[in-house]
Amino acid sequence: MGSGNSAASGLDTFPKLLIDNANRIGDRPAAREKDFGIWQSWTWREMKDEIAAMAAGLKVLGFERGDSLAIVGDNRPQLYWAMTAAQTLGGVPVPMYQDAVAEEMQYVLEHASARFAIVEDQEQTDKLLEIKDRCPTLAHIVYKDTRGMRHYDQDFLMSLDSLIEKGKAFLAQNPGWFEGEVAKTKGSDTAIMLYTSGTTGRPKGVVLTFDNLVITARNGVKWDNLNDHDEVLAYLPMAWVGDNIFSYGQSYTAGFCVSCPESSDTVMQDLKEIGPTYFFAPPRIFENILTQVSIRMEDANWVNRKLYAYFMGLAKTIGPRILDKKPVGLIDRLLYGLGEILVYGPLKNELGFSRFRLAYTAGEAIGPDIFDFFRSLGVNIKQLYGSTEASVFICMQKDGDVKPDTVGVPAYDVELKIADNGEVLFRSPGVFKVYFKNEEATHETKTEDGWVHTGDAGFFDPEGHLKIIDRAKDVGKLTGGTMFAPKYIENKLKFFPFIKEAVAFGHDKDYAAAFINIDLEAVGNWAERRGLPYSGYTDLAMRPEVYDLVLDCVNKVNNDLADDVALAGSQIKRFLILHKELDADDGELTRTRKVRRNTVAERYGQLIDALYSGADECAVEAKVTFEDGRTGTIKATVKIREAETTAPRAAA
Amino acid sequence: MAHQRHIGETILSVDNISLAFGGVKALTDVSFSVREHEIFAIIGPNGAGKSSMLNCINGFYHPHQGTITFKGKARRQVRPSEAAREGIARTFQNIALFTGMSTLDNIMTGRNTKMHKGLFWQALHFGPARDEEIEHRHFVEEIIDFLEIEAIRKTPVGTLPYGLQKRVELGRALAAQPDLLLLDEPMAGMNLEEKQDMCRYILDVNDEFGTTIVLIEHDMGVVMDISDRVVVLDYGKKLADGTPDEVRTNQDVIDAYLGVAHGDE
Repeated sequence: MGSGNSAASGLDTFPKLLIDNANRIGDRPAAREKDFGIWQSWTWREMKDEIAAMAAGLKVLGFERGDSLAIVGDNRPQLYWAMTAAQTLGGVPVPMYQDAVAEEMQYVLEHASARFAIVEDQEQTDKLLEIKDRCPTLAHIVYKDTRGMRHYDQDFLMSLDSLIEKGKAFLAQNPGWFEGEVAKTKGSDTAIMLYTSGTTGRPKGVVLTFDNLVITARNGVKWDNLNDHDEVLAYLPMAWVGDNIFSYGQSYTAGFCVSCPESSDTVMQDLKEIGPTYFFAPPRIFENILTQVSIRMEDANWVNRKLYAYFMGLAKTIGPRILDKKPVGLIDRLLYGLGEILVYGPLKNELGFSRFRLAYTAGEAIGPDIFDFFRSLGVNIKQLYGSTEASVFICMQKDGDVKPDTVGVPAYDVELKIADNGEVLFRSPGVFKVYFKNEEATHETKTEDGWVHTGDAGFFDPEGHLKIIDRAKDVGKLTGGTMFAPKYIENKLKFFPFIKEAVAFGHDKDYAAAFINIDLEAVGNWAERRGLPYSGYTDLAMRPEVYDLVLDCVNKVNNDLADDVALAGSQIKRFLILHKELDADDGELTRTRKVRRNTVAERYGQLIDALYSGADECAVEAKVTFEDGRTGTIKATVKIREAETTAPRAAA
Repeated sequence: MAHQRHIGETILSVDNISLAFGGVKALTDVSFSVREHEIFAIIGPNGAGKSSMLNCINGFYHPHQGTITFKGKARRQVRPSEAAREGIARTFQNIALFTGMSTLDNIMTGRNTKMHKGLFWQALHFGPARDEEIEHRHFVEEIIDFLEIEAIRKTPVGTLPYGLQKRVELGRALAAQPDLLLLDEPMAGMNLEEKQDMCRYILDVNDEFGTTIVLIEHDMGVVMDISDRVVVLDYGKKLADGTPDEVRTNQDVIDAYLGVAHGDE
């Protein structure tokens, strides 16, 4: 296993790979960008020339080894080139989130002691000018778009065009200089510094070396047989490690072309025009696409609706089997072929998915319905598990061995182990060097012998796939000793469209129990179609019919949990539907809609007691904050239901 | 505003203009001048004659008295198409786009005065007409880039929200590469954010292309912020003109806006 032989081939840095690509596949496209309505492209050879000029320009400006170059903007070829230019000079590119406010940028600029910054446009320049006084090291700002910049006459500002011009002049006098600089780069050098936001405290600067990135990128390329005929669309933030691997590292190692969208608003159109073969998106994006498709199909005419319903039903059973190269009967194959012509093909084309060879999703749990939808269309969507500290890949799914609820098996060269508290630890060639200027955090995260704490709790299923269940610190134990992972159970509940929010309890209790919030729109719709009258959320939530509906969902979750060796004991025994929606205004959710467990536990202590008391109802009063700021109380009697539990089906 | 532009010589001068519809006097003896590269606002209460003034400038109405001098050429009667060819473009109070056509095609129509090849060649889309169209298309794309409307390039404008339609209309006016741009209430009916965007674009147009802009606007905050000079009309007569500060402190203007009784002095 593994292919970490970059040192052997000598191509152990991105600048070296650039020259190699320019020599080997110099006429193949390397980058594309839609500008003035037309896709402009650059071959590897042209790209090498641009990067050489940029590097020389930076050199003329006084860029020295070890300097860092902040990069701020949307995905633009020139900004990717600036990364390679800085790397060639022995410097460290620091891409930053382009939508960060000036204050957030100030921290990173200061912490990274950036001397140089390259920004996309006037908007980003203005942000840097606002904080420049507080960033004493920042000496030069280079901007790409000249629009609106006419009256900026500060002498530390320079347009990218004039930088490149200076660089070209320098190159003309110093032939061979660029190649000389490239030869100086080493695999053990720092390649990039990426700041991770994290949920607590200041962002941390993750230092990754060429060896980290090049070897990890190569392993990923080998895993999925990527080659120079693949295509990607770079639309996720450049500051994110995923983009650095998918749109930079793997492009350099596999030689494929990276296209940049015209603007952040045109991504879906650009996707359709480019037709990438390799794609990454967080679950949220796949979910949005499915929702849009469903809405548009509801508005379609009768024939199309029927066709869609029939063929999607068919695809559900056959599509994933064909994708996994499992045996499929001739008639089914023919019907699926017909569906491809009538429904799947046109739909995929509309979405820009026609040429997808593979698509990855990661970051959070993806609903099985969403996952299955794309797989039945013949879209090879897979899951992976990664982190900045790993240069992305920790676990990945193999073609033909794909499941909706795991993150796959360890990637090439990755060692994995589960600590006693359930935390996942890994060791790989991609393991980061240090957190920049933060020794304490480095020691907390990385052990002496190179194991990294992920902070995630997980376990292996019988086929050796890793399942991530929760943040390690949130995982508890039932009194019987069974592991209890609240978020895992809550996610499973929330995959049902009728359930909007769920809060699971069970740590130090005899069994697991849950609060449920119904989705007013979905359940309301369901009630209307059944002629069930209701006056509002509280009324609807208290209906026995609605309880039956939710009971059904809970039973299915329990049935699902019965398959998990580690979690079969944490099935939900009792649940209730809350009489009000959990709300950020009441402090029960964060602004990003994450449940505040402590607040909920304090406020609804009565209800939690009732869940564990055997009572079948409980009277409550809850304070609510109305949108105009006034407060009031809701009084209700909340019923509690028992759910069916399923005997564990422990796989041997 | 902190932009340091070079304000040039007078580009448009309006001298003693009077216009009447039957017995209604829309404009009475109005004079003012607009200098090259400046942003000039016409303000006044409803019915003060602001739109009539714009219509006179671009030749849609013919004043009964007075002359309008544009780029040194005095004229009494001019047709809108001639005004357009001379370099005057405008947007309308009620959006006047081709709702069934895409953003791109709408802006392309703004290039009409710049197309020289005959209908025959254009219809064939061949030879010189084809090269010409490619050139125009490139120019239109620059405007699309400038106004950041790439995402709606192919969208029929009828389906766009109001604020975006206004932006497309501005794009079409810009396509004519005007020396003088007349904007009739470019921010009417917009929310705060859309207004701020539109202000930004107006300032950028003025800054990037050096276009002279005459605009009518009701939002006093906007007018005072972005205009170099202002003329105030009331009942078809000029009340005052000058810099925003001068106008703000003018007693006649204050009276007009606070609604002091007229005609019984």
